[in-house]
Amino acid sequence: MARELWEGNQAIAEAAVRGGVEAFFGYPITPQTELLEYMSARMLDLGRVFLQAESEVAAINMVYGAASGGARAMSSSSSPGISLMQEGLSYIAASEVPVVLVDIMRGGPGLGNIQPSQSDYFQMTRSAGHGDFHPIVLAPATIQEAVDIVYDAFPLSEKYRTIVIVAADGSLGQMMEPAEMPPMRPLLSEEERGAWAVRGARGREHNIITSLYLKESELEALNQRLQAKLRLIEENEQRWEEIETADAEYLLVAFGTVGRTCKSVLREARAEGIRAGLFRPISLWPFPWQRLRALAKQVRAMLVVEMNTGQMLQDVQLAVMGQCPVEFYGRTGGVVPLPDEILEALHAVDVNVDVAFAGPAVAGAAEMRVGRHE
Amino acid sequence: MNDQQAIIEQGRLIYGRPEALTDAPMHYCPGCTHGIIHRLIAEAIDELGLREKTLMVAPVGCSVLMYYYMNLDSVEAAHGRAPAMATGLKRTQPDKVVFTYQGDGDLASIGAAEILHAANRGENISVFFVNNTVYGMTSGQMAPTTLPGQVTTSTPYGRDVEIHGYPMRMAEIIAGLPGASYVVRRSVYDPRTIRQAKKAILTAFKAQLAGLGLSMVEFLSSCPTNWHLSPADALSYIRDKMVPYFPLGDFKVMDAVAALG
Repeated sequence: MARELWEGNQAIAEAAVRGGVEAFFGYPITPQTELLEYMSARMLDLGRVFLQAESEVAAINMVYGAASGGARAMSSSSSPGISLMQEGLSYIAASEVPVVLVDIMRGGPGLGNIQPSQSDYFQMTRSAGHGDFHPIVLAPATIQEAVDIVYDAFPLSEKYRTIVIVAADGSLGQMMEPAEMPPMRPLLSEEERGAWAVRGARGREHNIITSLYLKESELEALNQRLQAKLRLIEENEQRWEEIETADAEYLLVAFGTVGRTCKSVLREARAEGIRAGLFRPISLWPFPWQRLRALAKQVRAMLVVEMNTGQMLQDVQLAVMGQCPVEFYGRTGGVVPLPDEILEALHAVDVNVDVAFAGPAVAGAAEMRVGRHE
Repeated sequence: MNDQQAIIEQGRLIYGRPEALTDAPMHYCPGCTHGIIHRLIAEAIDELGLREKTLMVAPVGCSVLMYYYMNLDSVEAAHGRAPAMATGLKRTQPDKVVFTYQGDGDLASIGAAEILHAANRGENISVFFVNNTVYGMTSGQMAPTTLPGQVTTSTPYGRDVEIHGYPMRMAEIIAGLPGASYVVRRSVYDPRTIRQAKKAILTAFKAQLAGLGLSMVEFLSSCPTNWHLSPADALSYIRDKMVPYFPLGDFKVMDAVAALG
């Protein structure tokens, strides 16, 4: 199939359609709205379910209902809308219903603005709702990668009976670039649906989808089962891209849109003779810490770059465990860091590391320099 | 052969457990009418032959464990979200019968948006709304349906309508929405009202089977524990105190529903 010019939000929607989504429930919010609008026509044309809900709260519970019945169901939103969905996400996680959600992140906190941001890293990877759980969180850097991730998201969510969040941002949602669409995957047949699904108790015991376990021993058993599953996901699903790390002395660590920007930074740094490499986490949860820990032994220092005040930074620090200095450059409020700014921050890391190596107080010294490079 | 089997063999069984009910002992307090309403719903499902195609959405509240008592494929919704979950189930499985069972805190307070929009969309589901004027499971706080002057654990001086507003008549509100096909209020305080409630449940399911939109039966129900009344006095309280504020009756019956008979 040929490469075509796609807008990010619409490409994600079409990839979900081709991936076999049967029901889409959503609520308008910038910068995600084109995804919902695309679905409003496409799903109906295909005889599938589209419904604009009265709120994000209702949308995620409609997804919960549809997915409880074994249907491939999804929603999409942007940061404030995801906050409203957190209640539903917690119930979905507890009852182990496979669901796909797209977050086209915008600036926060509060109403914030509608510019691109990565400030919901914690929300998605750490606190997607009350209780102990993590969704699988996958962060594309290009529209093609978003298409591929969304296309595979349903089988992935069903494999582990878990939530898969596709974590993009406003720039990826709104930009246009060529992408190749995968073929149309057939919809699930009755036999392919989970035996756990609520489809009518015909010739079997009645199925119950619940997140209520009143006995403490039973709730602890659920948590132990969930944790065992999360460990398995950690083992199997760590994903990342690395570029020019073989001889790297300095490592840029960035995800999503900024990960893409850092590829330009890398070229310029290399042209200047700086032996820089790039590590771009694709799975934000599970974070690809094992490979990063190995790289920490090799490089002199790392520079984490994010469109937030240092959220993935904490995962990098946990992975590195003080084996090398970890510095940070972040922009917020919808400001997208430019390659020149990042390169300057990389130069500063070089200086700091040379100084720092003279003294002992180096390990884990992640200095925050948000907004310093105006 | 035990006694019940012997009775069945001899054709003397006149009253048994509906197939749509499990044999799990219910946890409800003595005099609570949840058990009666559960049974009426189960009887209606059996009579219409719907058990194997019915999907139940249980609420948060005293009836949170209802899925153990109903022999139906079931989901447990977050507080107030049952109509949204039911929407997701029904839209993806339109050949199934989907109903929610919700209390007054669940439906009229935290889930007000979900029920109003589900009704307005004409979601083809049935809603069984159990109104006992209090949050029973959390031990009797004020609900949106608490009567003026009623003492609860969060209105110790009685519900002051100047402070807390007036009780909401949900059946009347929902009847005003075009997507609702059948909206009635019944009770279960004596054999006559119980029979009328059963008939309304059957009509609600029939309206759904005919694809006519959202059907809702509100039940005035008892909570002797949190009302601090004996089971018998609680039933009288429904008749004497609740019915005057929440009149029993039909608030919307689409012509197409009336034609179902």
